[in-house]
Amino acid sequence: MSTMVSAPAGWEMVVGLEVHVQLRTRTKAFCNCSTEYGAAPNVNTCPVCLALPGALPVLNAHAVELATRAALALGCTVNPMSVFARKNYFYPDLPKGYQISQFDKPLAEHGRLKIGTNAEGTGITVGITRVHMEEDAGKSVHDRYAGATAIDLNRAGVPLIEIVSEPDMRSAEAAGAYLRTLKLILQYVGISDCDMEKGSLRVDANVSARRAGEVKLGTKTEVKNLNSFSNVERALALEFARQTELLERGGRVEQQTMLFDQARGVVRPSRTKEGSHDYRYFPEPDLPPLVLDAGFIERMQTSLPELPEARRSRFAGDYALGEYDVDVLTSSAELADYFEGVARQSGDAKAAANWTINGVLTALNASGDDIDAFRVRPADLAALITLVRDGVVGHSAAKQVFAEMVRTGDRPEQVAQREGLVRVDDDAALRGWIDEVLAEHPAEAQRYLAGEKKLQGVLVGFVMKKSKGSADAKKVNQLLASRAQG
Amino acid sequence: MAVTIDDVKHVARLARLGVTEERAGELVAELNGILGHMAALEKVDVEGVMAADGVGALGMPLRVDSGAPYPLRHPLDAFAPATRDGFILVPRLASHEDASEETE
Amino acid sequence: MSERRAARPPETSARGIAERVRDGDITAERAAREAFVRGDDARVGPDGLNALLWTDREATLDAARGHATESDFVDRGDLAGVPIAVKDNIATLTLPTSCGSRILEGYVSPFEATAVTRLRNAGATIVGKTNMDEFAMGSSTENSAFGPARNPRDRSRVPGGSSGGSAAVVAAGMVPIALGSETGGSVRQPAAFCGIVGVKPTYGRVSRYGLVAFASSLDQIGVFGATVDDAAIGLQTIAGRDVMDATSADVPVERYVEASGASLAGLVIGRPKEYFPDFLDARIREKCDRAFDAFRKLGAEVRDVSLPHTDLAIPVYYIVAPAEASSNLARFDGVRYGLRVPADGLAATYEATRSRGFGKEVTRRILLGTYVLSAGYYDAYYKKAQQVRTLIADDFREVFASGVHLLFTPTTPSPAFPLGAKADPYEMYMSDIFTATANLAGVPAMSQPIGAVDGLPIGGQLIAPHFDEARMFGAAYALEAALGAEALR
Ligand SMILES: [Zn+2]
Repeated sequence: MSTMVSAPAGWEMVVGLEVHVQLRTRTKAFCNCSTEYGAAPNVNTCPVCLALPGALPVLNAHAVELATRAALALGCTVNPMSVFARKNYFYPDLPKGYQISQFDKPLAEHGRLKIGTNAEGTGITVGITRVHMEEDAGKSVHDRYAGATAIDLNRAGVPLIEIVSEPDMRSAEAAGAYLRTLKLILQYVGISDCDMEKGSLRVDANVSARRAGEVKLGTKTEVKNLNSFSNVERALALEFARQTELLERGGRVEQQTMLFDQARGVVRPSRTKEGSHDYRYFPEPDLPPLVLDAGFIERMQTSLPELPEARRSRFAGDYALGEYDVDVLTSSAELADYFEGVARQSGDAKAAANWTINGVLTALNASGDDIDAFRVRPADLAALITLVRDGVVGHSAAKQVFAEMVRTGDRPEQVAQREGLVRVDDDAALRGWIDEVLAEHPAEAQRYLAGEKKLQGVLVGFVMKKSKGSADAKKVNQLLASRAQG
Repeated sequence: MAVTIDDVKHVARLARLGVTEERAGELVAELNGILGHMAALEKVDVEGVMAADGVGALGMPLRVDSGAPYPLRHPLDAFAPATRDGFILVPRLASHEDASEETE
Repeated sequence: MSERRAARPPETSARGIAERVRDGDITAERAAREAFVRGDDARVGPDGLNALLWTDREATLDAARGHATESDFVDRGDLAGVPIAVKDNIATLTLPTSCGSRILEGYVSPFEATAVTRLRNAGATIVGKTNMDEFAMGSSTENSAFGPARNPRDRSRVPGGSSGGSAAVVAAGMVPIALGSETGGSVRQPAAFCGIVGVKPTYGRVSRYGLVAFASSLDQIGVFGATVDDAAIGLQTIAGRDVMDATSADVPVERYVEASGASLAGLVIGRPKEYFPDFLDARIREKCDRAFDAFRKLGAEVRDVSLPHTDLAIPVYYIVAPAEASSNLARFDGVRYGLRVPADGLAATYEATRSRGFGKEVTRRILLGTYVLSAGYYDAYYKKAQQVRTLIADDFREVFASGVHLLFTPTTPSPAFPLGAKADPYEMYMSDIFTATANLAGVPAMSQPIGAVDGLPIGGQLIAPHFDEARMFGAAYALEAALGAEALR
């Protein structure tokens, strides 16, 4: 989406992002309720997440593992001791009247994320200030009943991490690149599905403007209600334009929260007054400090899969793939794993890349399926590539074999045999098809045999069609040519 | 650090406690009276002393990410003041209240 | 010890009731019925002591009848058929759990406190919920939304608080055991005022799951017993790690009843001078001296020690506890349960609900707690208090590391006071002067009767190192036996 907003020249945008990510756990952060999305209202609630009098939180071990792995994947130092705190405020979908979060002793700090490469070939890096764990609130539905707000607490207590970046981004596009890189890493490591539509990834942006060359940061505003990466970029451009126009006119940016209004394509101030919040953070007395020993952190580190950046450079090097192929094949860990399986077992990375991109991805796009549920396993696709290489199946027949494999999940040899798609190079059989084609197309046959050579391709095509692609096209050409001469 | 009437009104607002003007005046005296006794702490040297936050330095026991949800022996609508279609209902946020005052 | 076992325990003691039920002499239902009769005789209800808030006789008797058939295990448990009363801030499935507050009037918890489950699994019958200062904020049970409770020893006086109702039903002889809760002395102080035994275990010893939080880092369920033995049986039943409470400790639990008859030879009992200030009533000092003499006669050494930060306990306590309370009580917003006072819009509904639902003292403490946590004051009040709290805990650590096994002090600076005597909040707060330290340090402590002044009971307090309840009970059993009838004179 193009942003269509222009800001006055001579100003620099400074952006820091706060990203909330839902951890992929089965149960909530502090109770055994399910985290499933889309259940009927308040079905996934219990004494703990309803904040009934006397209920107490107990932290989910898997949430700690996922949060730690996320922090390590972002290059953070994981603190051996972190402390949960209460953030106190009233809201009807916040059952306890406080959110359990981490405040002055977060899970992890001091990470960095490479989001691209600049013109000189050096990496552009964004600092990660901190990664901390917290719980989600419930959902308030304001427009369902007249005069009432409806509260659904299914989401209350779902485990989140908040990833806070340094104000290191200098453009809306850089913010977009940061978010896409971050999402890819989190998906690679299996932290989260990062589905913004389901709210499992949410973004708030801090943005300020300063004169080009100025060192001091300008007053920032926080932009909220950003429901897609493209909207983040759009809202940043809008807010930057608003700030710079204000500054150009000699005005001052007020520190406040802005809301992005997608329908109207504007950012507008939230009615919440800055300073009206006093969250009265203090250490959560129901939870002792989270102590993570070196062995645990080490185990989480070694359990990390190869991260996208490393995988990209390895694919480019080991498999000699072009930039486009590398980008596509590393766009998800599962796809990259799939490709590598095919490449390894077929011994032909180029063919594996072509088949994965043009065959597998096309089929998945058509069906909407997940690669994990894809019927053609890497070993089967590798076997098909081998059949082609060995001349058992021709190129055009292979596409039909593949389509049939996608449909049935059968092995390629089976499909080729059953469907008569094994390459035929037997002279007698080929002559039979040629005779039939010449008989069925007397006009073309006559002109061809009379020397109109350019018709050869048409006739070969008829033969291939008749043989359902199994005929050895090279030999058909030879045989036809010898007829013409004969 | 004497508590003023504005302080009392401020914390009453933070705590969502309606306090009448009269009661607010009394509370200024009461809170100052109590906090006056807290002055004893000012003289204590706590240089380098750890705050006793987070009970139990041995770390926190965790639970596994599985198991049945904790049961409710009476359903939500047996104790919630107002429910409908499974939702809990509260009075609609009035116009001067802000729906965006949500989690960060 | 074998000699003690041979003697038939008193009929209305926990041990006596459980033995009779296990032997088939009486049914659990009969035991419950007898408790109700004793309660009626002592007038524990609203027209008398106002100690018992919620009961349901028929349902309770039904439940007790159910025990006989439910399982042999339950019928043979340590507490088979023993009637037990539970403070109104501990969640039970059948009776209301209202915390002595209008804001929870009529609320019946859809889950049960772990301590209550453990009592029932040992065969106990829960006979009622007891009166308390609203949300446990108070030292006299005068701050109950349902009217003050009275002291069975002298009905013009308070039973102490905040667990005054539980202390009163035990002192009145209705039940041998009752659950209370402690934040700054709310079991030990009423035990002292009513002339019974009250134990606050080590922080983390008993699960807080189902105890409605006042100040989470200080709260602990405690046990009242008519005697040391009743308290020991009660505590050993409910103690131990619970996966539902992350602050519950994974430390093995001894059978405290086995501390009965333990020798005190070689035991060093500290006498902290800060607990015997000049303003202490001379008659209370005398009773303590008599107890020290008894300990010496039993072979213990009494040693003068110092806990220098003791006088800071009340200031620290009245910052930390209200701060945590202001947050813990935020959930009472009229949204999901309890009182809702409808008003124009959500904010107005919050304020109407909370100002109508909470009493004066609760409101005062929420405001105080909100203030000390608010921007600009956190470091000066809350953080400072938590640092001084460390110094108070260090005092105990050091004295116990110096070879002292237990400490002995008066439980309160005065005996039970008349209703309405302490109008100034801070004067009331000073009732906890000798007890709040143990909550701040997390160490176990208990009060037991050591005599009487003007016919009013006086309590003596034992304090032990973390998780050393067994040794504490050993000394308590020995002192109880040594004082005999003197303990109430
Ligand atoms: Zn839950």
